[in-house]
Formats: sequence, structure tokens, C-alpha cells
Amino acid sequence: MHKYASPKFFYSLAGQLTPWLAALTAVLLLAGLYFGLFVAPPDYQQGESYRIMFIHVPAAWMSMFVYVLMAGAGAVALVWNIKLAEMFAACCAPIGASFTFLALVTGSLWGKPMWGAWWAWDARLTSELILFFLYIGYMALQASIDDPRRAARASAILALVGVVNIPVIHFSVNWWNTLHQPASVSRMGAPTIAPIMLVPLLLMALAFTIYFFTVVLMRMRNEILERERHTGWVAEMLNSES
Amino acid sequence: MNWSHFFAMGGYAVYVWSAYGLAALILILNVYLPLAHRKTVRRRLREFLQLKEQIR
Repeated sequence: MHKYASPKFFYSLAGQLTPWLAALTAVLLLAGLYFGLFVAPPDYQQGESYRIMFIHVPAAWMSMFVYVLMAGAGAVALVWNIKLAEMFAACCAPIGASFTFLALVTGSLWGKPMWGAWWAWDARLTSELILFFLYIGYMALQASIDDPRRAARASAILALVGVVNIPVIHFSVNWWNTLHQPASVSRMGAPTIAPIMLVPLLLMALAFTIYFFTVVLMRMRNEILERERHTGWVAEMLNSES
Repeated sequence: MNWSHFFAMGGYAVYVWSAYGLAALILILNVYLPLAHRKTVRRRLREFLQLKEQIR
């Protein structure tokens, strides 16, 4: 376990993994797009506009999943003082923020033709917007503290406090009588969505997940190089390459 | 298959393709940014290590 948590080992492991993860992302994404745009039939109520779902729902799921990972890694870093966990949390934030932004804008693009409004102060929409601000606040706090270890501790606490927002987003459609439609996949009992539409949705969600791990590893490699610049192995590696 | 029918998206072309376009942009940006940053980091590290050599 200790070996895997060493930045030097992780740096080379991440370098070996990323091409495979990138290839897997490409395959899943192409399959998801093919089934989502060409195979799945138009919705009987929403026509072709529902195809926004294949972007919107995975992006929204990722916005929450990445946040939980970020806060979890922050907690691990706080308790066990593991540098890699700090770096992972820091690298999650911009990616998570971009997924949140994508979920908000695609939701807006879907809401306009279906609800007749770009935006409504609905519980689901508002809590997702708060999630976006949490990511922005996290990054701002991280950037405002020079010492990386202190920055990691402060931002981990912010992330952990913000975790309360995650169940609020998830259950908002049940707790409040909202404009946003209730869950059709992650509910008790069977999903209420037709299998022909569920397949591309799950493919896209899986593609986004693998994509996230690909790009977070790419970011972590940069972070490791910067934070380990005083160590011998970074100097050795750079010298042996040039 | 009929491509103009496909791109029309039953009248929702603007909404559907804007959503997919933004998704593509964000996915590409999240790959491009770390790649570009990697170059900067490695250049800065080389300079940093050279400076350390000179001081020694």
C-alpha cells in the first residue's frame, strides 16, 4: 500500500495507465453516441430534444461523483496526511467544476424547449448551482494559500462542509414539488426508462467516468512534478530524458 | 439515412447541437489544459534544476 502511495511510483503508474484509459474512453464515447444519436428512437413526448439527456444526466452524475471523491480524498489527506490524496483532491476540482457547468448549461438548453424557460429557481437547479459555487470556492481557497499543505487542509474542510449539498441535490426532486422531473434511473425498483434509451445513457455515463480518471491522472502527473521538484527522482528523470 | 433530417433533430437542432457542442468543447479542453500545463511545468523544472546546479 505504501508503495502505491509514493509519488514516484504513482507518477509512472499514471503514465502507463492514461493511454489505455483514453482508448477506453474513446470506445465508450463512440458507442454511446452511436446508440444515443442513431439507434435510440425519438421520445413520444419530447421528440428529439430528449437526446440532450445523454450529455446532461452523465454530466450531472459526474458533478456529484467527483465532488464526493474530492471531499473523500480531502478527508483521507486530513486524517492520514497522504500527499497523493491532497493532490488528487486538488486535481478533481477544475474537472468537477466543468462537469457541473456542462450539466447546468445543457439543462438550460433542454429546459428552454420543454419548460419554456432557460432557468427557474427550482430546488434541483439551485442546489446544482450551489455545487458549482462550491467548486469555484474550493479552487479560489486553494489558490489563495501559498503553502500547498495548508491549502490542502483548508480546502478539504470546505469540501467536507459542502458535502451536505450532495444529498440535497439528489433528493431535491422528492423533497420539494419541483419543475425538474424526478429520477428515472436511480430510484427504488426498476428504472422507468426504456432499455433502448437506458443503454446509451449508461454508456455515456461510463465514458464520462473513465474520461474523468484519464484527465485527473494527467493533471496529477503535473502536480506531482511541481510538488516533488526538490526530490532526487524528479531531477534524475528530467536529466535522463534530455 | 437522411442526414439533413438527422441534423434537424425534429426542430430542436439549436438546443441539441449546442449541448453536444459544449460537451465536446469541455471534454477537449480538459485534455488540452493538462497537456499544455505539462510542457510549462517541465520547462520550469529544467530552469529550476539548472539554477540549483549553478548555485552549488
